[in-house]
Amino acid sequence: MAKGSDERREGSGDDLAGRLDRLDKALERRGAGRDDGAGSGPVSSRDAQGIARGFRLSTEMVAGVIVGGGLGWALDRWLDTSPFGLIVLLLLGFAAGVLNVMRAAGIARHPGADDHPPL
Amino acid sequence: MAGAIDPIHQFQITPLLGPVTNSATFMILAVAGVSALLLLGSRERALVPGRLQSLAELSYEFVRGMIHQTAGKHGMVFFPLVFSLFMFVLFCNLLGLIPGSFTVTSHIIVTFALALLVILTVIGYGFAKHGLGFLKLFVPHGVPGYILPLVVAIEVISFLSRPISLSVRLFANMLAGHITLKVFAGFVTMLSAALGGVGLALGVLPLLLTIGITALEFLVAFLQAYVFALLTCMYLNDALHPGH
Repeated sequence: MAKGSDERREGSGDDLAGRLDRLDKALERRGAGRDDGAGSGPVSSRDAQGIARGFRLSTEMVAGVIVGGGLGWALDRWLDTSPFGLIVLLLLGFAAGVLNVMRAAGIARHPGADDHPPL
Repeated sequence: MAGAIDPIHQFQITPLLGPVTNSATFMILAVAGVSALLLLGSRERALVPGRLQSLAELSYEFVRGMIHQTAGKHGMVFFPLVFSLFMFVLFCNLLGLIPGSFTVTSHIIVTFALALLVILTVIGYGFAKHGLGFLKLFVPHGVPGYILPLVVAIEVISFLSRPISLSVRLFANMLAGHITLKVFAGFVTMLSAALGGVGLALGVLPLLLTIGITALEFLVAFLQAYVFALLTCMYLNDALHPGH
């Protein structure tokens, strides 16, 4: 009887170590992103991440349109095809901007590794 | 009076000592600050770190975690670059918050140069490591042939827009924040100058707002440095693994 309970306790000790190990791994997997924001002062890290994400999404869209428009304008000046280069590349720029935003939001897959978390 | 509360005045570049401008001075100060923090912080090498040492270790761990999270263990080749960029941007942002100082990162030419450094590193390292295989970055998997030219064009524009979005984000945040601060702080003096005692009493409101915005600006200063470094990591990740 005593031996049995000893064994069981031993077993549960092993189990606890195993669970702690798994918890450590789970925390490590999730916690990295959360710890990052914690150094940013009184505003909670979730808010901080949200603000960062908002800033990012807005500029991604604008940048795509600017680059598309700029390329189109340059192409028009170079090849004298005004206004078709601007029209086509501006539209492509819009598409690229939307793609940027979807990638930044984590809806579309990133071209590189596909397992990193979106910000 | 108009000159005293001109919100754009603070961004003017003026020579301080011969060819050294105020912008260059604050860049030097930022580099000196980072160096001082790390050199003084790593001098003691105590097992139980003191304040400076914990700060230095914290910043190291922070950037290391960021790289591991986004680019994996192989990303550590880029640790010196990412760490330098993060600390430089962070110190420039924070130094700019000292009243009367100059914010280096509020000029797009500075942030664009930093973003260009990142993107040229991505291109250079990508081609050096993968050769022409780096171009696979622009060709997504499983796209039917007839639509491929369109998708590749969009991918190329998306890639080219990265330095723009990286630099515009940092510059616009710093510029807008400092203009807002100056405008609201200007309201205090304008109210009291225009309305006397009543204005002075009313001026408490924009003053409170200015305090709130200052706190927000500290958050933004840190966040933008963080976002800049994080996106740098993600772009460098493309250079490490351009395939799918």
